[in-house]
Amino acid sequence: MGGSDPSGRLVRPFTLTGGRTRPSRADFTLITTVTAADPQPETAARPQPEHLRILRLCARPMAVAELAARLDLPVSVVVIMLCDLLEAGRITVRPPRPVTTPDPDLLQKVREGLGRL
Amino acid sequence: MAGSDTDVRASADGGAPDTVKILIAGGFGVGKTTMVGSVSEIRPLRTEEPLTMAGLDVDDLDGVEEKRVTTVAMDFGRITVSDDLVLYLFGTPGQQRFWFMWNDLAHGALGAVVLVDVRRPKSSFAAIDFFERRGIPFVVAVNGFHGEHPYPVEDIREALTLPAEVPVLLCDARERESSRDVLIALIDLLIAQAAAAAG
Repeated sequence: MGGSDPSGRLVRPFTLTGGRTRPSRADFTLITTVTAADPQPETAARPQPEHLRILRLCARPMAVAELAARLDLPVSVVVIMLCDLLEAGRITVRPPRPVTTPDPDLLQKVREGLGRL
Repeated sequence: MAGSDTDVRASADGGAPDTVKILIAGGFGVGKTTMVGSVSEIRPLRTEEPLTMAGLDVDDLDGVEEKRVTTVAMDFGRITVSDDLVLYLFGTPGQQRFWFMWNDLAHGALGAVVLVDVRRPKSSFAAIDFFERRGIPFVVAVNGFHGEHPYPVEDIREALTLPAEVPVLLCDARERESSRDVLIALIDLLIAQAAAAAG
């Protein structure tokens, strides 16, 4: 969408994260689902513009990889911002379904869903 | 505030769907993004991770201007299976030098599809090897050039020295039904494995 002029970004991705390059929470996988808290906590600190973009995108649940693609930012950068938002209570997070032990009901559900394609 | 130590799991959101993923792997240019796109409900999305190339001597001032960041691109798509379950399909980076990323990608995946180019099947050897070594269930899907399949499945199985328990299918990654059937074959394999494990 608009503003995607490749030369138009005025800040390099890592300046968005205060110079930090390591996520503080490894729990954000590519398919962890993020949802903006509703209502937003009434704190003094106003979210940064990039944080606000994330909050707008995840007004409905959205996976981390999808957020990164739509923000046109690396996943590693988005995860750092998500950590900030999580700590500020501005988002809720749902980890992916564990698949270590195969769940026949889950598999059946996927199969039925694919069958409807 | 329900406690300062916010834990990801404790804050799990009841309204968000469960998510699972399947990897679409194979050699460079074998049609991974094509397959993702043919079944995805959204146009495939792309994420790019910057990687500083290793092997640069930081103290070498002559090298400063040469220092370059490369990116590893990953294309993915989405299939909403039901109200509360979403399947993501991730195309793995095709170039072998980026394979270290595969470990992260493979973690938590239901299984994988290894796409094979019928004209150069050996370009997918390494992908097959990757999943075999890690015990990640996979099916092999032979993507016909222009949808044509000059070789029978058994010839390809033999060329790739695949054990009998690995399903091999012929497909056309451009076709939605064909790609869907490959995914269903993978799920059927997983269901069979789950049943066998349950005794």
